[in-house]
Parts: sequence; C-alpha cells; structure tokens
Amino acid sequence: MKILVPVKRVVDYNVKIRVRPDGSGVELANVKMSMNPFDEIALEEAIRLKEKGAASEVVALSIGAAPAQETLRTALAMGADRAILVETAPGEDVEPLAVAKLIAAVAREEAAGLVLCGKQAIDNDMNATGQMLAAILDWPQATFASEIRIEAGAAQVTREVDGGLQVIGVALPAVISVDLRLNEPRYASLPNIMKAKKKPLAIRPAGEFGLDIAPRLTVVKTVEPPARKGGVKAGSVAELVSKLKDEAGVL
Amino acid sequence: MTVLLIAEINGANLQADATAKALAAAATLGAVDILVAGEGVGAAASAAASFAGVARVLVADHAVLGRQLAEPMAELIATLAARYTHVIGPATAGLKSILPRVAGRLDVMILSDVTAILDADTFERPIYAGNAIQTVRSADSIKVATIRTAAFAPAPRGGGAPIEPIEVTVSTSAASHWVEDRLSLADRPELSSAGIVVSGGRGVGSKENFALIEQLADKLGAAVGASRAAVDAGYAPNDRQVGQTGKVVAPALYVAVGISGAIQHLAGMKDSRLIVAINKDEDAPIFQIADYGLVGDLFQAVPELVERL
Ligand SMILES: Cc1cc2nc3c(=O)[nH]c(=O)nc-3n(C[C@H](O)[C@H](O)[C@H](O)COP(=O)(O)OP(=O)(O)OC[C@H]3O[C@@H](n4cnc5c(N)ncnc54)[C@H](O)[C@@H]3O)c2cc1C
Ligand SMILES: Cc1cc2nc3c(=O)[nH]c(=O)nc-3n(C[C@H](O)[C@H](O)[C@H](O)COP(=O)(O)OP(=O)(O)OC[C@H]3O[C@@H](n4cnc5c(N)ncnc54)[C@H](O)[C@@H]3O)c2cc1C
Repeated sequence: MKILVPVKRVVDYNVKIRVRPDGSGVELANVKMSMNPFDEIALEEAIRLKEKGAASEVVALSIGAAPAQETLRTALAMGADRAILVETAPGEDVEPLAVAKLIAAVAREEAAGLVLCGKQAIDNDMNATGQMLAAILDWPQATFASEIRIEAGAAQVTREVDGGLQVIGVALPAVISVDLRLNEPRYASLPNIMKAKKKPLAIRPAGEFGLDIAPRLTVVKTVEPPARKGGVKAGSVAELVSKLKDEAGVL
Repeated sequence: MTVLLIAEINGANLQADATAKALAAAATLGAVDILVAGEGVGAAASAAASFAGVARVLVADHAVLGRQLAEPMAELIATLAARYTHVIGPATAGLKSILPRVAGRLDVMILSDVTAILDADTFERPIYAGNAIQTVRSADSIKVATIRTAAFAPAPRGGGAPIEPIEVTVSTSAASHWVEDRLSLADRPELSSAGIVVSGGRGVGSKENFALIEQLADKLGAAVGASRAAVDAGYAPNDRQVGQTGKVVAPALYVAVGISGAIQHLAGMKDSRLIVAINKDEDAPIFQIADYGLVGDLFQAVPELVERL
C-alpha cells in the first residue's frame, strides 16, 4: 500500500507573527518557515507503518511555491521515499478546496491506499483539507487521530472528540487526519539529510492538472486582535481573594 | 437569506449551549431551519424547537445517522443544502469533521471558526492561533461555515417552531463504522460552556497532584481545563485541552495554574473576561495577559485559595 502525506510549509510555530500595519496580511518576509507540526506527525506515522510492513511506499506531497521544496527535502530526510511538489505561483493563495482537489488528483494518479494529513495547518487554522479531500475522492474519513491500526484492508482509528475519545473503523482507501498525541516525530539524522538530497523530487506545475483552483474567498483585511494588557500582581492569596471578590466581583 | 443550522447532537442528545450560540450567529443572516439528525432524536428536536427565532426544525431520524459519522451526515446535509444560502454549525469536533466534507461535496469553500458575521458574504475568522483576525468575503453560492461558540451569546429559549420529519435516503455504505466511545466522566460543568474554568499545566507535576486543580474547580463550581503539556503527560484527559488545537473558551473567569502561557495556549483562553494566573516564575508570559497574577508555589497557593474561598 502506498501512503500519500501532504506536507505544508508554514511559519514556524515558535515565531510570533506580525500583522502588516496596512491590513494587507501577515508579514512572511524573512520569517522562519518549517513543516506544519501536524504534518510531521502524519509523516512519522506513515514511516512507522512502512517500517512495520503495513505500507510499501511513502510519498510526500506539497502544494505551494518553489520554496516548499525545502519542506519536501525535510520529509525525505525523515524517511519519505520520494516527493512531489505541485507548484503554484509565488504569493498565490491556494485555499483548502483547491489544495484538496490537487491532492485528490495526485492520490488518483498514484493509486494511493491511504492519505495521512495533519488535522490543521497552524497558519490558516482551517482544519478542512482532509475532510474536503475525502469528499472529493468519495473516500471515508477519520479525523483527529490519536491512534491508528491498519489490518485487513481497513483502519481502526481512535479519534480525539469533544467528550473524550471515539474509535471508528474505516475501509481503505481512506483519508486520516492526525492529532498531536499520535506520536513523537523523529529528527532527521545528518546522514539521512545527505541521502535525502539524492531522493527523487518531482515538480509539477499546478496548471497541468486542469482544475479550477481559483480562490473563492477574498481577504478583505487582516488585523491584529485587540491587545490584552497585563494587570496587577497580588502579594498574597488573601489579597487575590479580596481583589476577586471586591474589585472584580466575580466571586 | 435562508440558513440551515446543523444542531450538535451527541448520541441522541442536543448539545443545547453550542447549538444556541451558533443559532444566535445564524439568526443575524435570516430565517433559520435547524436540522436535528441522529437516531431516536425526538426529544432533541423538541429541545431545538424551543429556541426563539427558529423557522422550522427538520428531523432526520434514522439508524444510519445514529453516531453522526461524517459520511452519512455529509451526504444528508449536502442534499438539503441546495435550498439554502448558508449551512452553518457550531465548531464542535463533530461538525468540524462533517461540514468541510459537506463543502467539499458542494464544491464550495469552508469558513472555519467564524467569530463575527459582517454581512451575508463577509465573515471574520482568527488565523495564526488568534494572532491575526482575517475578514474574508466569499463568492460561493452556498456559504458553509462553522461558528466559534465562545464568540457568541446563546440564543434565548421561548420559541415553538414546527417540527417536520424528513425522509432519509442516504446510502448505508460499509465504508465507515462506529466501534466505541471512551468518554470522560461528565461530573463537572462542561468546559466550552462553563462560567468559570480552572486549568492546570505542566507545573502541577503529576496526575495525583491534578486533584488540587479539581478541588479548586469544585470550590468555584468551575470546569477543569489543561495545557497541552499537562494532557501529553497524562495529568488530564485529552478533552480538557485548551488552546489552538484544543477547546476555545471565554468564561467570565479563567484561572491558569502552573501554565507558562505559550501562544498556542493563549489562543484558547485569551478572550476570557477575567484571567488569573498562579505561577512561580514572575517572568512567565501568562502574566502579560493576566488581570490578576500571583507569583508563588502552586502547592502552597492553591490549598490556601481553596480554604479562603
Ligand atoms: C493572502 C494569502 C496568500 C497565501 N499565499 C500562499 C502561498 O503563496 N503558498 C501557499 O502554500 N499558501 C499560501 N496561502 C495559504 C493558503 O491559503 C493555505 O494553504 C490554505 O488556506 C489552506 O488552509 P490551511 O492550511 O489552514 O488548511 P488545513 O485544512 O488546516 O490543513 C490541513 C492539512 O492539509 C494539508 N495541507 C494543507 N495545505 C497544504 C499544502 N499547500 N500542501 C500540502 N498539504 C497541505 C496538510 O496535511 C495540513 O496539515 C496564502 C494565504 C493567504 C490568505
Ligand atoms: C502545533 C502545536 C499546537 C499546540 N497546541 C496547544 C494547545 O492547544 N494548548 C496548549 O496548551 N498548548 C499547545 N501547544 C503547546 C504549547 O506550545 C506549550 O508547549 C504548552 O502550552 C506548555 O504547557 P504548560 O504551560 O503547562 O507547560 P510549561 O511551558 O512547561 O510551563 C509550566 C509552568 O509551570 C510553572 N510552574 C512549575 N512549577 C510550579 C509550581 N510549583 N508552582 C507554580 N508554578 C509552577 C513554571 O514556572 C512554568 O511557567 C501546542 C504546540 C504546538 C507545536
């Protein structure tokens, strides 16, 4: 079984982003970029499934401008067998619906048996691509996975839901989106980073697929949220209690 | 404008708070029909009909919908969607899973975690863990959106909408099936709707020590929350996680104990009305947004607090 893992290049999770003062968006110039943390987890799971013999090949896929190759090289260094960049124009906004259509096209071409993606990208926080992809492919879906077991053409997936955990079974091929507690992703070792340079990375222009990937949303403006100021420190528990009771009136 | 609001149903029960908050958002757009889908959901439908400002309650009662699995739910909602301008639901784990699939079937974009509706086409939503707020305008014929419930007050009760059963013709494919639920005990107020939340972080140190957080919560009649670090370490179950990738809460009072205040945690609680932080490190970032801070050892401060309240 071939596993396809879509990986997105995003602003590193440690970066405190800055909103451009003119409201045109978030400052992305000279900002540290990394693989979306959820996608590292998806990739780690795919590699482990291959190591256990449940998968034959792990293919990493990114939709984005040329610098996303760097993210794909990281994926190859972690252990993906090969990579595909579906290249879009720099600065072009590729929405989850369009991303899902392009992933679907690649999943069909590759005859993937499983797509393992992140539950959300930490930049746009849409939490949507996997579900849209499953709809387009008409495959079953299991979102927010914290445990995955593959056996006999099916996956048993433990999902993080509002009240706790839910276990469902899905027939393969399927789309599974992963949550934070599924695994701890490995670091790429130096020898593997060197080896990754020789692994195949195919670049395909997005236009080649002949799909409607025009954005449906127009960004009117991007602003900073209202700032919250720090308040006062209480010198003791007694003072804290009296402030909560008398000053704030919340107790 | 006509809106189809998808009620949040767990098993057969209406999640009234989440549904009422999404209803308040939906009602600003026009007439609202509520869809109650599941198995044995008669009582849930009556509860939904009692909200003020509802045109009709549509009831889809069928075994195939019994666990609200994404595939049959999305198929049902997509077939109903053509008659509406908007399909909306609260941003619960269930509907965050279902509604993007509906949008994918309809070939329209999803608007996730909407915090304000400016007009029929224009919405606000947070990006980058709430560090930026984007205003987006949709060109799609049907708008599919999830509503961040912490951003809306619940619609009041006092309505008496007609209840109309609808025929369910979705395929009963074997593509997915429910195996089991392992739910946490619901012995305290629910995190997303509680007026007070007490959360513990890595500083609490162990699962046993987490009882301190629970004692304080019980004293205050509060829900219990946790940071990701506390959940990862097994001090608290996953459904307690507050943050960018957990639950988003905006209670009247949020008490953060032994939590440093990483941006991913702040994303889930910074809109709380009043924030109190207890941390032994006076430079912890949580103090930058806390209204009241107490620098000290939580193992001393929390028992004393429980005593004095
Ligand atoms: C003004 C503007 C300009 C933008 N310019 C660019 C740009 O130049 N290049 C760019 O790539 N994005 C750009 N974006 C971001 C683009 O809009 C997002 O990729 C898209 O909205 C997806 O949303 P999400 O990442 O929140 O998806 P989610 O649904 O939260 O993502 C879930 C999962 O889907 C997969 N996934 C999502 N996107 C991709 C992807 N691109 N490739 C592979 N897997 C993916 C990952 O597994 C991810 O974990 C821009 C956005 C705006 C607003
Ligand atoms: C993709 C991604 C998503 C994430 N999503 C979330 C999320 O949804 N929610 C979330 O919370 N985090 C999330 N995180 C993790 C986040 O970055 C932080 O790692 C996490 O919030 C830290 O938790 P903490 O504050 O409990 O732990 P720490 O940062 O370790 O802080 C512990 C604090 O306890 C204090 N302390 C220790 N002992 C005592 C004592 N005896 N008395 C008083 N104070 C004490 C310390 O001074 C310290 O400030 C995410 C991270 C990533 C990469």
